[in-house]
Amino acid sequence: MSSATTQASGKPARHLPGEAGIWLFIFGDMMVFSLFFVTFVYNRGHDVALFTESQTHLSQFFGALNTFFMLSSSWFVAMAVQAARKNLGKVTPVLFLMGFCCGLGFGIVKFFEYGDKIRHGITLNTNDFFMYYYMFTGIHMMHVIIGMGVLAFAARYSWSGPLDANKIKNLESSASFWHVVDLLWIVLFALLYLVK
Amino acid sequence: MTTLLRTRTTLIWFILVAATFLSWEMGHGIGLHDIHQASAAIIVVAFVKVRFVILDFMEIRHAPIWMRIVGETWCVVVCSVLVVLYLRGAGVI
Repeated sequence: MSSATTQASGKPARHLPGEAGIWLFIFGDMMVFSLFFVTFVYNRGHDVALFTESQTHLSQFFGALNTFFMLSSSWFVAMAVQAARKNLGKVTPVLFLMGFCCGLGFGIVKFFEYGDKIRHGITLNTNDFFMYYYMFTGIHMMHVIIGMGVLAFAARYSWSGPLDANKIKNLESSASFWHVVDLLWIVLFALLYLVK
Repeated sequence: MTTLLRTRTTLIWFILVAATFLSWEMGHGIGLHDIHQASAAIIVVAFVKVRFVILDFMEIRHAPIWMRIVGETWCVVVCSVLVVLYLRGAGVI
């Protein structure tokens, strides 16, 4: 909040990170995923035995490892924005790149996870549980890929020159999108991998 | 760099990773013996984590108050709906 102005009361002024447009997009995205979560839990209730048995074929280790990648990437990206505000030079792009690498780690784990399932003949058509599993994690993976593009852009964008208020706002928008990718995975991990 | 590490952001990251381990353990029946209670708790812990991401990583804690209200309301409403749907599906309520 170093860039924020101070109100007369002495408290830091409330600050909207990034552009208003990105928040509209984020809100819409969260609404769509809310519908996914509700649909999954509702339909799970109609065939608990099938969903519970199917879940045993998922690797909780892979799921937890990917949660670690997501949480760590968000941490790096949050620090990157703080570094940008403090004008810490190359620290900002390096932190964005570290966030990108965590995203890459997530993608590699997902590649092995999907590969393992497909080798065992588990596909989108196996049953309702795996239809939701592939659909929701697939749509989430597309968010990860887009997010990695956004982080690569943020790293390149923050690499050269001093960071003015406008540049910092764009970096905040990029970071906000990535954090949504993180928070959606937190819920997906709980519902798909852990809830019995 | 060390000044960046010694911030609330790092503390939040630690809490989030610890909460992930807690959820994992609850998923293996540790802590709560009843599987339905453990699963409901896993959903609640997930949304507590989400709330931290929204407030601290996305910086909604310092955003205009209406944004915080929207974020917190989303967490409470979606979490409550999921817990109720889960417990109904499990035949608990």
